[in-house]
Amino acid sequence: MSAAIRIQQVSKCFGSTKALDKVDLEVEPGEFFGLLGPNGAGKTTLISALAGLVRADSGSLSVMGHDVQSDYRAARRHLGVVPQELVFDPFFTVRESLKIQSGYFGIGDNDRWIDEILENLGLTSKANANMRMLSGGMKRRVLVAQALVHRPPVIVLDEPTAGVDVELRQTLWAFIRRLNEAGHTIVLTTHYLEEAESLCGRIAMLQSGRIVALDTTARLLRRFSTHTLRLRSRDEMPADLVRGAAQSGGWWSMPFDAFDEVEPLLARIRAAGCRIDDLEIGKPDLEEVFIRVMQGQAEASVN
Amino acid sequence: MGHGFSTLLYKEVLRFWKVGSQTVAAPVLTSLLYLLIFSHVLEAHVKVHGVSYTAFLVPGLVMMSVLQNAFANSSSSLIQSKVTGNIVFVLLPPISYLEFFLAYVLASVVRGLVVGAGVLLATFWFAPLTFVEPVWILVFALMGGTILGSLGVIAGIWAEKFDQLAAFQNFLIMPLTFLSGVFYSINSLPPFWQQVSHWNPVFYMIDGFRHGFFGVSDASPWLSLSVVGGCLVLLTLFTLNLLKRGYKLRA
Repeated sequence: MSAAIRIQQVSKCFGSTKALDKVDLEVEPGEFFGLLGPNGAGKTTLISALAGLVRADSGSLSVMGHDVQSDYRAARRHLGVVPQELVFDPFFTVRESLKIQSGYFGIGDNDRWIDEILENLGLTSKANANMRMLSGGMKRRVLVAQALVHRPPVIVLDEPTAGVDVELRQTLWAFIRRLNEAGHTIVLTTHYLEEAESLCGRIAMLQSGRIVALDTTARLLRRFSTHTLRLRSRDEMPADLVRGAAQSGGWWSMPFDAFDEVEPLLARIRAAGCRIDDLEIGKPDLEEVFIRVMQGQAEASVN
Repeated sequence: MGHGFSTLLYKEVLRFWKVGSQTVAAPVLTSLLYLLIFSHVLEAHVKVHGVSYTAFLVPGLVMMSVLQNAFANSSSSLIQSKVTGNIVFVLLPPISYLEFFLAYVLASVVRGLVVGAGVLLATFWFAPLTFVEPVWILVFALMGGTILGSLGVIAGIWAEKFDQLAAFQNFLIMPLTFLSGVFYSINSLPPFWQQVSHWNPVFYMIDGFRHGFFGVSDASPWLSLSVVGGCLVLLTLFTLNLLKRGYKLRA
């Protein structure tokens, strides 16, 4: 079975800026994949190259085994893209937009699927409203709907939740999760790292057009982030205990790997006669991973 | 041609039809005003090719409307889609560059013909018109609409802002159409300007079109056919090449 997405040695320059620098990436069918990176890292360029909106200078890209240039019709039929910009056609209603989009993909009678998408995205009541009349959040939903009219096996969402309220986020993710469970491959870019952490099975991090980290979310978290015991005490902490710990604002942060390390640690603090005023346990999070990876790269490029 | 093509054509026609007061009624009214004013001033003084000035003017105005509106349709649709960003809706689907070209140009021709027919209907009452060789009327309307529709595609793709498109329209399309013999026979011009007019392809479109009504014209309709046909082929190839390369659409 061919990869859902295969990107091989793809480079792209805009003038003297290297937007993509020999990117290699493979996403398997059925994955929920996250593409992370700071602004300008090349995420959107990579998605655009995959969608045929941008032509790569070198390398090749394929969707479900179809090359995006030589076999573009099949590649595009297998791909649904939710663009980052909130774009819409002011001449049409929601339903007209979706019917027209279906037609572009060669689907004449698509009313049942359109109704289903509208229902799932909470758009049914807006079906006959003109696009201009919709709020930003509603327009965003229509963009998602437009990307799905042709039931693409691979769905790419470029920052779908930027500036979107909580309710829509939840509706959207519930729907995308269902699509993923039904077998659709999902690729997501977002700046909300907690979203990526909870949704994505695998994550690639992009910086200055290069992939600087690529692993399962779980392994990335283990590798770059640990649990932390944070506590506050009015008493002097024993020096051997706080070795390797960081202090800020009266709080000590002590990294640990397994939960059975916590009890002995607390016991020793108690034995030293320190009273604990406040205490919390921090889980590994993607934000820390992200920052470490990006800093690591910045340092590497300085050296 | 697939379903993608027919949908894009349908969408482009629907787009201008939905704002018909601006895209159809307004240019018809403008032409009617031209007719009222120019025929009021000149009817008593001028006869061209043996027909009254008003009768002479009507086909010119009809063809000018066909051409200007064909250009306006593809160019404004593309620039609006580019500026607002919704051009991605037609770039993401499996639509070939040939389908893209044909849909935009054909929709332009449809708009041109609809407006042209509207102008004809509105001005018909002011002058006795004849349709001596109607095949020429149809041939030149279709070819002229296609050429200006292609030019509209080129301008719409090339322009990045509305003022760039306006420059293309004001400094190229308007002079070409106004100085093409819509309002006069070029035989009435001084020799130098007659020569200049012969280098204007729009002159041949108007002249050939008018020949269909009266059976007489400044140039032979066969010469006009070959000039206009040549332009059609060259512009089509040029536009298709731009689209194939993805010029300014697929960076």
